[in-house]
Amino acid sequence: MNIINFLDDFTTSSILEGKTSRRDIFGTLGTLGKKAAMAAVPLGLAAMPKKTYAQSMNTDPVGALQLALTLEYLEDEFYDLALQSGVLPSGRPETVYMQISKHEQAHVDFLIAGLEGAGVTPVSKPTFDFTVGGTFDPFNDNGVGQETAYAQLLALAQAFEDTGVRAYKGQAGNLLGSPFLTAALQIHSVEARHASEIRRLRGLKGWITGNERGAGMPDATQPVYNGEENVMQGGLDVTTLGSGAAFSMDASTEAYDEALSGDDAVAIASLFIVEE
Amino acid sequence: MKKTTIKVHQPKSFNNRRQFLKLGGLAVAGTGLLMACSNDDDQNMMPPPEGGIFDLGEGDLGVLNYAYALEQLEADFYTKVVNSFYANITDEERQVLTDLYYHEVNHRDFFNAAISAAVEGNTDLMLPTLEFDYGDLDFSNRAQVLGTAKVLEDTGVAAYNGAGRLISNPDYLLIAGKIVSVEARHASAIRTLINPNSADFAGDDVVTVDTGLDAALDPSDILAAVSATGFIKTEFTANNLP
Repeated sequence: MNIINFLDDFTTSSILEGKTSRRDIFGTLGTLGKKAAMAAVPLGLAAMPKKTYAQSMNTDPVGALQLALTLEYLEDEFYDLALQSGVLPSGRPETVYMQISKHEQAHVDFLIAGLEGAGVTPVSKPTFDFTVGGTFDPFNDNGVGQETAYAQLLALAQAFEDTGVRAYKGQAGNLLGSPFLTAALQIHSVEARHASEIRRLRGLKGWITGNERGAGMPDATQPVYNGEENVMQGGLDVTTLGSGAAFSMDASTEAYDEALSGDDAVAIASLFIVEE
Repeated sequence: MKKTTIKVHQPKSFNNRRQFLKLGGLAVAGTGLLMACSNDDDQNMMPPPEGGIFDLGEGDLGVLNYAYALEQLEADFYTKVVNSFYANITDEERQVLTDLYYHEVNHRDFFNAAISAAVEGNTDLMLPTLEFDYGDLDFSNRAQVLGTAKVLEDTGVAAYNGAGRLISNPDYLLIAGKIVSVEARHASAIRTLINPNSADFAGDDVVTVDTGLDAALDPSDILAAVSATGFIKTEFTANNLP
């Protein structure tokens, strides 16, 4: 099964063509130039699936796992390239990326084995472009410089990990009653451990306050955080549970991570996928 | 007997409670629910069945009571932590521990409300407010506080991961998912506070190396481990959970 079919041809080119938003969204991370326009499409807001990809897999554990595998492919390759790039400072950053890379590789292998074990052909690994058409230079391939490249490496890692947490959570319901549910939850919490560490490495809290993407994150990553401001849990506004700081908006949004729909997760991932 | 300084608040509005009933599953809309617990100052819910030891129950209610027990423990622990921080605490540690206190108190009171709604006034089915005793644990000792926090957070992650398959209502499963990832974020932060610049945030001691999977444990395993700490004074059983 080809990833392009799986993602229902939400290719980078189709996402990037014909968009009109031209805000300087990557300004904080430098290197804009003439390709800045391509990056002006916020993650996840671009080219929402027309063929209701998510609906077709709404109650389908296989679809949930294929989406998971796609996201793991993305993370795995990202961390591999990051470690090879020479951009990461030694010490904590390199240690952290090595540990995360080890897990993402294991997740890819685990999901492939699980799908094959269930008699399903896993989606193929897509071709990724972490520069998003040259807008980013996280691996310093185009000479943006180590400092800027490192900032981009961290920002992308945060976006990928926080997306991963939300995406797995969004698929939990599709795995209800499936033998894969527990394993998916076990991956989900590892992604959350990663997310917390990357955020803290960037000087943020390990948890998400409101829908704040955090200092230094490009505007384009906002769709990763939209919806995190929710305070309604099970029909109850948790800010009304009591008084005091534990029930403030900040604490009440931090205390619960929100799910991301399959559509939204695909839209975010698709920005980094190139059609062959 | 130690008492928490945080009151267990009941939801302020009856409307909220009725709204909560729409969660479905265990909850059936009705009238007159929980009038016995509508007093904001009524910290102690109903006592356990007279002469008997409370059992968490089975199915979704059992899982809710189970989660409520763990969240009560976490909330109580952090309440004590923040009420007397250990000496020379860093700003970062203070911020992390204070946030964890907020989050766990919020979780605890959420389950209080969720279970109240689910049992529809039959508080015999609801885990009572637990009592805790930390024995020799020294809250003025940084290593002991952070070490205990690490155990509690890792335990929470493994508990929710293991309980997911026991939940049949997708709304409850989603909420468990919303909470477990926050517990994992906590565990990661605490682990890095204990051992900075390390891979411990998702260490090989807790994430299986060849699969990249976090721990997932059954309630019986979790409760045996929790029981071994001696922290929970109030007896209860989990005879209807695996």
